[in-house]
Amino acid sequence: MTQLALVIDLNVCVGCHACVTSCKEWNTSGEAGPMTDKMPYGKDPTGTFFNRVQTFEVGTYPNVETVHFPKSCLHCEEPPCVPVCPTGASYKRKEDGIVLVDYDKCIGCKYCSWACPYGARELDEKQRVMKKCTLCVDRIYDESLPETERKPACVMSCPTSARLFGDVHDPDSEVSLAIRNLNGYQLMPEWGTNPSNHYLPRRKTEIRIHKDELKRVDNPLSKEQRKTHKAPGTGPSLDDMTTW
Amino acid sequence: MHPAFSVVFLTTLIGAAQGLFLALFTGQIFTTFKLMPEQNDPNFYIIGSALSLLLLGAGLFASFFHLGHPERAWRSIAKWRTSWLSREVIALPAMMAGVTAYGAAHYFDLTYPLFETPGGTGIDATLILGFITTALTYTLFVCTGMIYACIKFLQEWHSPLTVINFTLLGTASGFTLATVLSAWLDTELANFYATWAITFTVLAFLFRLASVVRNQKITPKSDLRSAIGVRHPKVVQITQGFLGGSFNTREYFHGTTEIVVRNVKYIAFILVFLIPIILLVVSLQTTGVIIPLIAILVQYMGLIAERWFFFADANHPQNLYYQNMA
Repeated sequence: MTQLALVIDLNVCVGCHACVTSCKEWNTSGEAGPMTDKMPYGKDPTGTFFNRVQTFEVGTYPNVETVHFPKSCLHCEEPPCVPVCPTGASYKRKEDGIVLVDYDKCIGCKYCSWACPYGARELDEKQRVMKKCTLCVDRIYDESLPETERKPACVMSCPTSARLFGDVHDPDSEVSLAIRNLNGYQLMPEWGTNPSNHYLPRRKTEIRIHKDELKRVDNPLSKEQRKTHKAPGTGPSLDDMTTW
Repeated sequence: MHPAFSVVFLTTLIGAAQGLFLALFTGQIFTTFKLMPEQNDPNFYIIGSALSLLLLGAGLFASFFHLGHPERAWRSIAKWRTSWLSREVIALPAMMAGVTAYGAAHYFDLTYPLFETPGGTGIDATLILGFITTALTYTLFVCTGMIYACIKFLQEWHSPLTVINFTLLGTASGFTLATVLSAWLDTELANFYATWAITFTVLAFLFRLASVVRNQKITPKSDLRSAIGVRHPKVVQITQGFLGGSFNTREYFHGTTEIVVRNVKYIAFILVFLIPIILLVVSLQTTGVIIPLIAILVQYMGLIAERWFFFADANHPQNLYYQNMA
């Protein structure tokens, strides 16, 4: 069984919002209709987005870290938004595990959005239907595109390659390797939704230097400083511990 | 959560309608099985059924304002196997049909006993239709309550108390309404219904209080640490990623201050429980339609406040992601 998903590397995300704008550009231009903005240049702009980049601060100054956190639909393996839909407009595809909304069946009752703990769904104010990330389902299977471009728009646009796309059920895929080797994790695991999208944690590269590595205690030179054979040296020497 | 008045009116109106039907049928049962002096005013059942149907229709009408595409509402009967909302969409018209049939049976005087119980009580078509409609009424109560109770992320709602409260509050308001109706039609059942209305209002008070106490003690299952997966006691949002609003900043927040929410709660408790109980007790000593009428009007205003508070009180975990604009 295929389960397409994104793996987002928080270690390299710089919070540039390129994924947000490219997602909006691609998906607002598709045949599913625009992702409406209201008063985009006005006092209180609002609009539909599938993807957002949020920023969090971890710790207390001066020991703080800034975490840029892209958030979109996680395409859960146990999607709580699907069974609550009264019309069947909200569904999970068997063939690739993408959670989608049929915009022609949706009645806009918002019940699915209540049943998503991540707030991944947004009601489009003009089309009056629920919308969410489609993993660019109209891109990834488009054979008129070169094979390297059959990826979600956000993945294509990421300048730091913080976004990986692939089948998380294939143990040898790029995304599975990343999850396995770099400790990929799921959001809000306490709800049992089993999200397909994973996040890779921040990683710090540290050199470990022990004190005895800075000042050697087994200095062989200390032997040479002795005047006589039996005179004690200035420090311990390996020669004192071992016999050759 | 943001309280939508369409849903507030839907749940309170159909609750009162369901309670009213239960009241009518309780009266008929008591009369049939000779548990109280017989009263044979078919007008009471006919007008009562019509009023119940009217309230159900008004609730159904209000519910359409909640939908983005009301013209597609018929589609929502499709997923009754998994969705409580779909089940409610089936149960509501089913109950409307039941009440219509019950009222019609009284209107056409289908009171000829079809068979007799061992005790010699004649069972007629109105009784059979009443039993069926009672089952439909409770089905509707369960469906409506479970729409909210089944969402485990909304911990304030995810409790059997939600279903119990929807049922008891609807029943209490329905019996108060039946008190008004019988006082107006002068059926001598006013005191019988007032007594039951007091009983159900007190019961509803106890269970609603229980849910308020429960919800005050809730520890949220999710916090920012599990929301973004960073293990540190101090995580603060710097920006939600955009200025201005979005669906996420409107739908899941009540949009007012905690003081307002708390005051609405107090107002709801006074209007739903305290004042109607006092008025109903007074109405036991007096005759006339005015006091029960004031009781039901006050109680219904209170129920609107109670349902508003029910929504505003629920805290959605997605709000963790929308704490700070910039």
